[in-house]
Order: sequence, then C-alpha cells, then structure tokens
Amino acid sequence: MIHLKNVHKRFRRPEGGWFDAVRDTTLHIKAGEIFGLIGFSGAGKSTLLRLINLLERPDHGSVNVDGRDLTGLSAAELRRARQNIGMVFQQFNLMANRTVAANIAFPLEIAGWSRADIDQRVAECLDIVGLADRAGHYPSQLSGGQKQRVGIARALAPRPHVILADEPTSALDPKTTQSILDCLQDINARFGVTVVIVTHEMHVIRSICHRAALLDAGEVVELLQVTDKQVAARSALAKSLLEVA
Amino acid sequence: MDEQLTLAQALANLSDLAPEIWQASVETGLMLAIGLSVAIVVGGPLGILLYLTQPGQLFANRAVNGVVGWFVNLVRSFPFIILMVSLVPLTRLLVGSTIGPIAAAVPLSFAAIPYFARLVEQTLREIPRGVIEAAEAMGASPAQIIWKVLLGEARAGLISSLTILTISFLSYSAVAGVVGGGGIGDLAIRYGYYRFQTEVMVAMVLLLVVIVQIIQFAGNHLAARLDKR
Repeated sequence: MIHLKNVHKRFRRPEGGWFDAVRDTTLHIKAGEIFGLIGFSGAGKSTLLRLINLLERPDHGSVNVDGRDLTGLSAAELRRARQNIGMVFQQFNLMANRTVAANIAFPLEIAGWSRADIDQRVAECLDIVGLADRAGHYPSQLSGGQKQRVGIARALAPRPHVILADEPTSALDPKTTQSILDCLQDINARFGVTVVIVTHEMHVIRSICHRAALLDAGEVVELLQVTDKQVAARSALAKSLLEVA
Repeated sequence: MDEQLTLAQALANLSDLAPEIWQASVETGLMLAIGLSVAIVVGGPLGILLYLTQPGQLFANRAVNGVVGWFVNLVRSFPFIILMVSLVPLTRLLVGSTIGPIAAAVPLSFAAIPYFARLVEQTLREIPRGVIEAAEAMGASPAQIIWKVLLGEARAGLISSLTILTISFLSYSAVAGVVGGGGIGDLAIRYGYYRFQTEVMVAMVLLLVVIVQIIQFAGNHLAARLDKR
C-alpha cells in the first residue's frame, strides 16, 4: 500500500548547516493496517509522515502509495492523488469560518462532487464520528475532542484509502484521547482504511496499532509488532518508551 | 461677513446651499467608489501576491516579494498631495482633464492600491499556516486555496481593512477635492474658508463626522457577523 524506498529529507538550519530529519529510510505499510510511527521529539516521525503525501518532498528516494509513484507526478496529478490520502492534524486545522458540515464538505468541493452527493456524504461522515447534531456549529463552539472528530470526518469524506494522522491526540486529555483512538480504529475496521499514526506515546501504539516503526535520529531502529495490546520490544529505546507508558 | 450670525440665518444659508452640498456629497461618493473599487480589484490581488510570495508560503519567491514590496513602499512614501501633482500627466492621459471627481479618482486610486495591498497582506497573515497546509494535503489547487481558504478565513479582517481604507480615503478625497476634484472637503474650503462662511465649514465637518461614524459602525457590524472564530 505505502512503500517508502530510501527516502531522505534534510532541512537547512536557521543558524546555518543542515539537519537530516529522515535518513535513507525504507518502510512498507500494508493495506488495511494501522501503522504507528513512534519516537521522541525530533526523531523524524512527523517528517516521515509528511513524506507520504509529499507535504515534504524527499531529497531522494521514492514514495509509492496505492501503486503510484508520487514523486514523479505533475502538480495536478499529485493534487488528485492527495484526494485519496486523508490527513488529521494535532491542531485540527479546521476552517474557523466554516460550519462543521462545511468543513467536512471542503475536500468534496475540491474534488468537484455535486451538491447532492456532498450533502449525503457529509451526513454519513457526521454519523460515523457521532456529530450529527453539530452539523451547523462552528469549530469555536466545539470541544477539542469534537474538533478532532470533525478533522477525522473531513479526512474520511472523500473515501480515501489512506489516512495520515499527525499526533492526533497530543492536544487532548486522556479520556478524549481514547475516544479519538477508538474512532480511528472503528474507521479502520469498518472501511478498511489504512491508517498511519504519528505519536510519542507507547499507549497509542498498544491501543490501536497493528505494527509500528520506532524512529531515532531520522532512522527506523526497530519494527514493533503489537499482539493482544502488548508490544514486543528488543531495543533499549523501545523499552524506555514502554516504561514511560 | 456677518458679525452676529444667528442660528436661523446660518441654517437658511445652508439650506440655500443644499443643492451644492448634495452635489459635493455625490462627488465625494464618486471619488471614493472609484478609488475603493480600483483598490479592491488591483490592490487586493497585489496583497494576496505579497502574502503568497513570502518565505514559507505557497509561492515563496524572494525576488517577486522584494520587488512588489518595494513598489508598495515607494508609492506609500509619497505625501498624497505630491503624488497627486506628479500624476497629473497620467490623469490627463486617462481622463482627458485634471478637473472633476473622475480626474481626482486617478491619484486616489493610485494611492489606494498599495495601501489596500498592505492591509490585505497583514490580514492574511493571521490565518494559521496549518489551515492552509490542511487544504494542500487535501489536494486543493492554488486557486481553491486563495478563494476558499484565504478569503473565506480572512473575510472579517478584510472587511475591517476595507473600513479603514474607506475612512482614510474619505479624508484623502478632501485633499483631492481642493485641487479641482470637488466634493465635501472642497465645499468646506471654498465657502467656509475663502468666503468666511464658518457655518458651512462646521456643517461639512459635521457631515464628515457622521459619514465616518456610519462607515465604521457598518464595518464593525459586518465584520462581527462574518467572524466565527
């Protein structure tokens, strides 16, 4: 489903010199999987996630999603490919002047859906995330957990094959965190959407992921297998993250 | 000149001038309408360009941003009266005359373009970068990002900017009026100052005060209604 081959991303430091955020990394994520990217701050997990939909363009290496090499696409083709890759953000990134329903409708408007199809799909997505009664509210009238549900509904609306979630629960309290994780798991189970989730908490991995990649200094140091909510860890770094959780 | 001008006489004088006051108001309205329209049509896109070419934005381009920014600063450096005089040849070319509200609208428009461009740029900066990035991640085209995200999210701020611009240019239009454009400011100077009819001056200033209050009130009201943040 998602194949990152030898992707490398470096950023120019403001003070000069270069910083290798992702180093020559290869990763394969299977269709229908909930895959975690875990590591401490600065490990390169968000950059790696953003390479999947080319919000960051790799300096070299290839990004293949759903059988297409994204790095070779034209700008218009990439936009169409992105409509198949939903994204959920830590800070929700909803449009403040659009209602909940209009936020969820946004990706469908972009994709050129008809008004009737949009209305029907928005209603479906509101139901899926349990916000049918909030359609006409504005984001400022919602709690953090509700905002993230809108974010998930928006990502889900165009029926993508992949949803990328960048620390989707890091701005939320523990109880809300669990409900958002359950929501993502529900979507994965019902619609077979492949979910890639970035987190710094082992709890998130144990709770919903099938597998995870542990990152450190821009490299995958261990692939973690989750069985019955238990993570088998070999590296010292993985063990230390397990202890924190 | 009347040594003891009674209120009744002052009102009578003003009512004699009613057609001229109406005419002046129309001229002021015309100057503003043209200046503001040009500011929106030309200055608006210029402001969007200034914003989008900043480092880290959609069309980050140091050269374009530098040149456009420099041009905007250049025009804004001119004291309005000097800008007006130096644009006389352009005005004559465009309108065929340098007298009247249409002619005065030329330097007004010219000054309004960079003013509004800067206001638009500042307003757009308030949109969180993440919201634009989310639209990019969803596959929105640059045109969709501009129309649906930037203008949609900044609409209340843009209305406030337009309110500021309108009020500033109401007073610029008085300056333009004095050198042949007509309008409320011109009337105030001609009767109130040159003919010592103080009551005309006072009435015109009061009229401007009322207009400014109405514009500000309407602007605030509309902006508040559009702002759902």
